Amino acid sequence: MSVKKFVVGCFDDEKVLFPAVTKVRKAGYKLQDVYTPFPVHGLDKAMGLRDTSLHTAGFIFGLIGTTTAVTFMSWVFTKDWPVNIGGKPHFALPAWIPITFELTVLCAAVGMVLTFCYICQLAPFIKKHHFHPRATDDLFVMVIECTSKTNEHELKNFLDAAGAIESNIQVVEDGWWIGRYDRDQQLYKEPIVA
Amino acid sequence: MSLTKYESQLREPLVDGKKTYHDVTVDIVHTIEAKPTRLWYIGFYVAVALLLFGVFSVYMEVVYGIGQWNVNRTIGWGWDITNFVWWVGIGHAGTLISAILLLFRQGWRTGVNRAAEAMTIFAVMCAGQFPIFHMGRVWMAFFTMPYPNTRGPLWPNFNSPLMWDVFAISTYFTVSLLFWYSGLIPDLATVRDRAKTKLRKYLYGIAAFGWTGSTKHWQRHESLSLVLAGLSTPLVLSVHTIVSFDFATSVVPGWHTTIFPPYFVAGAIFSGFAMVQTLMLIMRKVMGLQDYITLGHIEAMNKVIVLTGSIVGCAYLTELFMAWYSMVPYEQAAFFKFRIAGPYGWSYWLMMTCNVISPQLFWFRKLRRNIAFTFIMSIVVNIGMWFERFVIIVTSLYRDYLPSSWSPYYRPTIWEVGFYLGTFGLFFTCFFLFAKYFPVIAIAEIKAVLKTSGESYKDEMAPLEVMSTEKFAHEMLHHDEHHREGDVHVVHHDKH
Repeated sequence: MSVKKFVVGCFDDEKVLFPAVTKVRKAGYKLQDVYTPFPVHGLDKAMGLRDTSLHTAGFIFGLIGTTTAVTFMSWVFTKDWPVNIGGKPHFALPAWIPITFELTVLCAAVGMVLTFCYICQLAPFIKKHHFHPRATDDLFVMVIECTSKTNEHELKNFLDAAGAIESNIQVVEDGWWIGRYDRDQQLYKEPIVA
Repeated sequence: MSLTKYESQLREPLVDGKKTYHDVTVDIVHTIEAKPTRLWYIGFYVAVALLLFGVFSVYMEVVYGIGQWNVNRTIGWGWDITNFVWWVGIGHAGTLISAILLLFRQGWRTGVNRAAEAMTIFAVMCAGQFPIFHMGRVWMAFFTMPYPNTRGPLWPNFNSPLMWDVFAISTYFTVSLLFWYSGLIPDLATVRDRAKTKLRKYLYGIAAFGWTGSTKHWQRHESLSLVLAGLSTPLVLSVHTIVSFDFATSVVPGWHTTIFPPYFVAGAIFSGFAMVQTLMLIMRKVMGLQDYITLGHIEAMNKVIVLTGSIVGCAYLTELFMAWYSMVPYEQAAFFKFRIAGPYGWSYWLMMTCNVISPQLFWFRKLRRNIAFTFIMSIVVNIGMWFERFVIIVTSLYRDYLPSSWSPYYRPTIWEVGFYLGTFGLFFTCFFLFAKYFPVIAIAEIKAVLKTSGESYKDEMAPLEVMSTEKFAHEMLHHDEHHREGDVHVVHHDKH
């Protein structure tokens, strides 16, 4: 993790945010992220993010579940301990469908959630820098990383012109670390209604 | 303004009152931040008292054995399995609302899905207690798990429906919990970022997993929710199907029918929605959430109740018809001598009245939108659905093949009743804690539909309603071209 300089612009309306994202990208600034209080449809496309392949991971985990269930049950009933249940066949595939299905769903769901937490660095006790406390309330917070060529004051004015209701420059640590929110994050005060 | 985002004014707003995003946050989070009301404390203590009584009842059963219950050689499954099926059924509505209605793009689910999912988890927790303690030697419960053991290893019988149940219920619980919690993470972050005390900041900071609201994370979160919904949909159908297999794969007259899986699933959704109604009607009143759980939501759920109630009614009649049509004397005896008549006939007719006849009143729009009536009906339906399981279990078992093993009249003991009451205690203790410490409405999801289905947005639709079709089509076309130029897909509402 390294300390970097960011210019932060806060927007309170999607209608203003979308053209601003386009403008920032056209101007060639390095868009670090946009933090939103809810999923804004189309914003990922506007930011030029590629589609997630999380569902592929889910599919693979599901297949692992299916294979585990079928191979394990057939091994138990045909090789390890074949029990004669009323003369019924040992390899009773139809009777294994329920457990195979349940294990498929279980593996897919658990695997996907763990993958999601891993790639998004989500876990208890994880601490990240929050550029604005209202990013989870009602503001769309656009964060632009400053490179050696960036003139941050010019960029700040650029964001203001694009419709940001609030903008500032922050020098903060990027990424995540183990930490406590009550130590590093300021306690909330009611926003002043304009 | 894209064509797909046009919302008819005939459709009721999903969120009443002209709310901003911040209003939504405040409305939902204030119940966590405020001190609990006196009503909350009373309810919570009653629930804890019931829970303690339940714990004592279970203690009696574990220490002195199953003989503490009045289940006997013929009626091996009495109140306990009735309660098990009843609680599992209740759980189904939560998954239906959160998963199936998500796939069907039903916007109204956002108001009720969080609480309904919580209800699912607590109901499944309650349900699980019954088969576990019905084992008698509950300390041997882990024998159902397939692990390499010193007995051979001797594996559980994977061909048994009771074994399928173990897998189905535990998978259902796990997946529901993951689905619920992954949806909660962003909302817990909202609570964290608003925390005014250090302790709250610390605890919600842990619970929110360090959620920031990054667009990439939201994109993955959406994908996760969609796939989990896609997985939960067949899962929820499979769970009650497997529960019905406990009965349907047996050779007991009255149980051995192929109609059981769809009939059980419809019944589960029916009773689950009734429980959601009971909880929501109280919750919206006590917590002042009338703007989010509107009459429109209540009406929508009542429509599901009348649909599933009618399916259940059809199934009851089909069973009777098939028993007569099959010409099997045992089947006919089970239904016509021991079920609709006989010493337990009253329970059959109580079930019929509560489940089939009374929900038909919901065909009237006035009654669907009447809160008091809905509340009474939700209780009636749940009583009816409990008796459905009681009828299926007890009336199929009390006359065995040999008259010598015919059962005396089955009445539960105080410890059987106590166990049931105890699960109510568990359920409501959990629900009260949930209502106090978690956002009971999915904040982020409400915000996502606010601009399309909120009341203020509906008003913006008024000029569109009077616009001519040609002009509307022209603007749509023009707007789409504009989109392609900018390489941005935006939903603008600024054309009018």
